[in-house]
Amino acid sequence: MDTQLLHFIIVTLKLVIPFAIILTFIPLLVWLERKGSAFIQDRPGPNRAAIMGIRLCGLIHPFADAMKLMFKEDIIPSQVHKFFYVLAPFIALSVASVTFLVIPFAAPMPFGGGVLSFQAANINAGVLYILAMTSMGVFGIMLAGWASNNKFARLGGLRSSAQMISYELSMGLAVISVIMWAGSLALNDIVSLQGANILRWNFIYDPLACLIFITAAFAETNRTPFDLPEGESELVAGYHTEYSSMKFSMFFMAEYANMVIASALIVTLFFGGWQIPFLDTNTFRTNADYYLYYFLVAAAVCCVILGTFLSIKFKKGRFGDKRDYEPLVFGVPAVVAGLAIFCLLVVLGRFPLPLEAANWIVAVCQIFTFLFKVLLMCWVFIWVRWTVPRIRYDQLMDLGWKFMLPLAMLNIVITAVRMLWQ
Amino acid sequence: MDTYLPILIMFVIAGGFAGAFLLLSYLLGPKKPTDSKLSVYECGLNPVGSARERFSVKYYLVAILFIVFDIEVVFMYPWAVNYKNAIKDGHGAYMIAVMGVFFVMLVLGLFYEWRKGAMNWSNQA
Repeated sequence: MDTQLLHFIIVTLKLVIPFAIILTFIPLLVWLERKGSAFIQDRPGPNRAAIMGIRLCGLIHPFADAMKLMFKEDIIPSQVHKFFYVLAPFIALSVASVTFLVIPFAAPMPFGGGVLSFQAANINAGVLYILAMTSMGVFGIMLAGWASNNKFARLGGLRSSAQMISYELSMGLAVISVIMWAGSLALNDIVSLQGANILRWNFIYDPLACLIFITAAFAETNRTPFDLPEGESELVAGYHTEYSSMKFSMFFMAEYANMVIASALIVTLFFGGWQIPFLDTNTFRTNADYYLYYFLVAAAVCCVILGTFLSIKFKKGRFGDKRDYEPLVFGVPAVVAGLAIFCLLVVLGRFPLPLEAANWIVAVCQIFTFLFKVLLMCWVFIWVRWTVPRIRYDQLMDLGWKFMLPLAMLNIVITAVRMLWQ
Repeated sequence: MDTYLPILIMFVIAGGFAGAFLLLSYLLGPKKPTDSKLSVYECGLNPVGSARERFSVKYYLVAILFIVFDIEVVFMYPWAVNYKNAIKDGHGAYMIAVMGVFFVMLVLGLFYEWRKGAMNWSNQA
C-alpha cells in the first residue's frame, strides 16, 4: 500500500510540475517579451502596474493583462458556428499543455528500488508524440478561422495552417537525422547519448539539422519572421478576429506555450537537454558535495556581481517617481541572495552530505540547467522577433517548400553517408 | 498501459483547465449584447457577401503535398531508428540502398511538381 501511494504521488507530481512550469513560464515570457523588446528598441518598457504601490519592474503586467481579459465581455457573435467556435481555443490550449509531458527534466536516478525518470510519460516514441501534438495545434487554428464565419478570419486561418503544415515537413525531416545519430525515439535516450561534453552535443554533430529545426520551429509557432497569421491581426485581422476575452487569451497563452515547447524541444534535441556542460551525471553523483560547493560559490559570486551591476544604475531623480527604483528591483535581491548563499555555505560547509541527498542535488541542478537553457532559447525567439522583419507569404511558402524541404532531405543523405563512413 | 496513463490523465487535466478558463470568462464578464457587437467584423463596414465563398485551390494543393511527404517522413522514422544498429551489424550499405530507392522516388516527385509550378504561391508563370 505504501509503495502504491508513493507511486501515485510521484505520478501526480510529475504531471502537475511540468504543467505548473508552463503556466509560470507564460507570464514570465509575456514580461520578457515586452521588457526585452523595449530594451532592444531603447525604451523603458512597461513599468507602471503596481500592487499597493509596489512596482515590480513590470512583472505585474502579465497578471494585470490576465485579470483584464478575464473580466471583459465574452462576445459570441451571432453568425459563428458555436460548437467549433468554442472548441477551437480549447483544442489550442489543451494540446499545447499536454506536449510537455515527455520532455525529460533530469537524468533518471535510482530511487527506492527502481529508477525515477524525470518525465511524466517515459514513452519510447517521445519524438513522434511531440510531432503529433504539434500537428494537432493546427486544428485549433483551422477551426477558429472556419467557425468565425468571417472572411478575414477564414483566410488568416487557412494561411496559418498552410504555413504550419509546410514547415512541419522540414521539422520532421530534421529530427530524423538526430534520431539516426541517437538510434532511438525516446527523448531521454537522445539526451543521455549527447553526453556532457559540449563539443559532442547535436548542434555540433549536425548543425544543418539544428538550423533547419530552429527555423521550422519559428514557423510552427507563428513567430517572426513567419508571423503573417499573427501579424495580420495587427494589420487587418487574423484567425482570432471574432474572439474576445478569455478565448482570445487562450489563443495567446497557447502561442506562448507553443514557444516554450519549441524551445524545450530544441534544447532537448540539439543542446543537450538537462546535461550540465562538462559535468557527467555519474561524476557529479559521486563527488556531489565537492561540485555543489563550487557551484554555490560561483552562483553566489555571480549573484553579487549582477546585483551590484544592476544597482549601480540606480540614480534617484532620473524620473522623479517610483520608476527610479526599477534597477534595484532585481539588483538588491540578487545581492541579498548571493550573500545568503555565501553565509549558508560558510555555516553548513563543514557537514558532509548524505548519500541520498547527492542524487537529489544532481537532479535539482540538472532541472535548473534545463530550465535555464529553455529560457535562453525563448529569449532567442524574442530576440529574433524584434530584430528581423516579417517575410511575405509567398516568400514564406517558397522558403518552406523549395529551400528547406530539399535541404532537410539533403541533410538526411549527408547524415546517412557520414554515419556509414565513421 | 502504465506508461501512457499519465498522458490520458494530463489530457483530462488540461481539458479541465481550458474548460475552466472558458467558463470563467462566461461567468465573470458583463453581458451587454448590442447589434454591432454581434455582427461580423469587416473593418467597420457592413459585411459584403458570405464568408463561405470559394477559396484558392493552392491551399488544397499544399495540403495534398503535405500528406504525401508526411507519409514519406513517417516511413523514414523506423528506418532512422534502426540505422545505427544496422551499421553495427554490417548492413549499412543495404539500408541506404533500400531507403534510397524510396527516397529517390519521392525526390523525383518533388522535382516534378516544382517544375510543373505546383509550388508557385504567387501567380507568376
